[in-house]
Amino acid sequence: LSETTPHAPLEADPESYAPSVAKRLAFYQRAGGIVTPLLTAVFAFLMGGIVVAATGHNPLRVYQAIFEGAGLNWFFHFGSYHIDVPFTNHQVWFWWDTNTNHNAPFNLTQTLITTAPLILTGLAVAFAFRCGLFNIGGQGQYLVGAITGVYIGSRFTGMGHLSHVLFAIVLASLAGALWGAIAGFLKATVGAHEVITTIMLNWIAYWGGSYLFGRGGPLQNHTDKSIPISDDIVDSAKLSAIWGNPQLQALHSGIFIALGALIAFYLILNRTTLGYEVRAVGFNPEAARYGGISVARNFIIAMAISGLFAGLAGGIDILGWQFRLGVLDVQVSNIGYIGIAVALLGRNTAVGVGLAALLFGALLTGTSTRSLDPGIFQPQLAGNLALMIQALVLLFVGADLLILYIWQARRKVRIPGLGRQAQEPA
Amino acid sequence: MTSMEYANRFRERWPLNTVVARAGVAIGLLAFVLTLPPFKARSPAVPVFVGLIAIACGIWVLTRGLRRPGWTAIGFGLVGIALGTLATHASLGNLDQVVVWSALLSATLIWATPLTYAAIGGLFSERSGVVNIGLEGMMLAGAFFGVLGADKFGSWELGLLIAAVAGAGFALIHAFMAINLRADQIVSGFAINFLALGVTGYFFIDIYGENGTPGDLPRIPNVDLGLGRHTFFGDAIGRLNIMIWASFALLIVAHIVLFHTPLGLRLRAVGEHPRAADTVGISVYLTRYVAVVVSGILAALGGAYLSIGFVGSFGENMTAGRGFIALAAVIFGNWRPFGAYAAAILFGASTALSFRLAVYSDAASVLFQSLPYVLTLIAVAGVIGRPVPPAAVGRPYAKQ
Repeated sequence: LSETTPHAPLEADPESYAPSVAKRLAFYQRAGGIVTPLLTAVFAFLMGGIVVAATGHNPLRVYQAIFEGAGLNWFFHFGSYHIDVPFTNHQVWFWWDTNTNHNAPFNLTQTLITTAPLILTGLAVAFAFRCGLFNIGGQGQYLVGAITGVYIGSRFTGMGHLSHVLFAIVLASLAGALWGAIAGFLKATVGAHEVITTIMLNWIAYWGGSYLFGRGGPLQNHTDKSIPISDDIVDSAKLSAIWGNPQLQALHSGIFIALGALIAFYLILNRTTLGYEVRAVGFNPEAARYGGISVARNFIIAMAISGLFAGLAGGIDILGWQFRLGVLDVQVSNIGYIGIAVALLGRNTAVGVGLAALLFGALLTGTSTRSLDPGIFQPQLAGNLALMIQALVLLFVGADLLILYIWQARRKVRIPGLGRQAQEPA
Repeated sequence: MTSMEYANRFRERWPLNTVVARAGVAIGLLAFVLTLPPFKARSPAVPVFVGLIAIACGIWVLTRGLRRPGWTAIGFGLVGIALGTLATHASLGNLDQVVVWSALLSATLIWATPLTYAAIGGLFSERSGVVNIGLEGMMLAGAFFGVLGADKFGSWELGLLIAAVAGAGFALIHAFMAINLRADQIVSGFAINFLALGVTGYFFIDIYGENGTPGDLPRIPNVDLGLGRHTFFGDAIGRLNIMIWASFALLIVAHIVLFHTPLGLRLRAVGEHPRAADTVGISVYLTRYVAVVVSGILAALGGAYLSIGFVGSFGENMTAGRGFIALAAVIFGNWRPFGAYAAAILFGASTALSFRLAVYSDAASVLFQSLPYVLTLIAVAGVIGRPVPPAAVGRPYAKQ
């Protein structure tokens, strides 16, 4: 049989035995489904629970405290409340309590505040992934966006609210896009691996930010030169609060921007020529090239759009709730890195990224010092638990690939076998 | 062997182009050095003139068709001119305060050592075809478990051992993911980084709490060569840590193993062409497992040097990106031990200098920290001849 079957020599295509990002991706898309990502998340939480139990805490109570710290219990508390109708002075009856002076609604607003940038940094990874590129650089692109947001927000005064916000957000996104495009450009022109270049760009942004806001740095605040932090952005640059007390960190309109980005992500990929080309390159660069698509151009565009999403995330974080950026913020921030887990858990699809971002947003908020009940579990421990869970999600995403491989290999053995018999003349 | 033969061999190994290129690099450095103590040239003409000679060397080499050495020499010339000119503008007092050669040299070695261990570890892993982005996490694990072991067993030797075991443990996870499960090695490596960050942070808080690690940790001792204090050699290398001396040995051993033993040949074969290696009977899986575990152990030793050798305590996320600098050193050094070591020394020197620069300018000091990343970005951009990774790096291998 093997003699009569035409076989391409294995060495001709090294990828035939070692899947590239593109192959993996095609595989993910086919595998689809929500079961494996769900199992991935459940296993990660289970393993985290084992660590918690091993160190003498009750994992169930800990997870319950994190759940409440994230404000997710809000959905289960029905009652008789009132809610404002936007743009009017009317109130209507509502079955959930929206008063952020209470714990659950307040915690939920905090979760949503964190979810918004996570959606965007998740999209930053997912979009590049759909083009067959692994964008590790979300963190750097996020930082560059945040830095630009602070700069525009604090140094430009006397602008109208809408124009200032738009100006800051557009420039923050463009800064992120530029930072991403560097990696895309190097990939397209000299073939430098995007993982290496984006890692380097992340750290350049990290030290660049530390320099800009550090003592004696050009963007350090004007009032107290001993504190390594920027000036506050002016009121006209702040995104409007939509839920909660702006003095105590209210949910800002950035969440709508993030949701809009999810829709844009879906539409660009599935309903435009650009998206078609990006996906074609992602599935098979050689075939795309043969079909007349410029692979180099798509690499640059995909990385730029990825960076645009991440830069936007940095922008809305600054304009929405941070309002300033310090050296410490630059150095401890890891929203961009978590975007990797968000995208992979969300299978690089719009809906998946949205849900995964909510999960991680809840996890981050629920384990934060501000929201977690320290009587049940130390927030410092919980923060590290969140890191572990995130790592386990990444590991299990790799492992669930194995399960899918086995599953697919089974089917593959049967189907091509049949096909081969059918082709052979009797 | 006659003297003619020696001369021929020398010419083979050191062709004129190479000599000129290296001279260009040295002259470029000289342009900067002449403006520093003890020479302290005060006129910018000095670094500019000397730097131009270096650039001339580079251009000459370029015209002979050697891109990488040529551009390197030109780069060093330009950097020499820039830094030298800057130094002529600094006040003499500041120069004397920042540039103390013996202290700079010892600080360079101190900062280069954790990078050296991790970079040589990364080298083994990458040469076998497994990308190791997880170096940072393995270093961090070594730093924490080194402290834990040294504290609980009361000896730094056992601390090092525990660190190595922890590093090997994290490396095994990465190896299992990358080799058996054929997972994406970047994802897996990243997961290792976060896992190490979470695990070390969690147990650090759980065991040591707010007070931090105890002050009386057993430390890896320094070697006192008896060269005295306030002498140049005494201050520079008189009291270096054992781990620093061991890193020199490691470097040489790594070079010999990789390039002059059958073991190294097998390792490189697996990294370049696993199918061919498999065909001649080399176990690709076993080789890669060993290489990744070795990389984990070495990275962990680098981390342990940082915690129980140099600093004497542990803090959350104390490696702060050094694993990524080590990764950069591997790439910058073109996947060769001496290359990686040269990069580690360069990056170590930039860290040492940045700490001394902090004496009179915080901002300049911070900006200096990004130098390794900028240089590596420029290197992979191919301006000076791109480094070439092992052919099969990052590709999982499936037995058939």
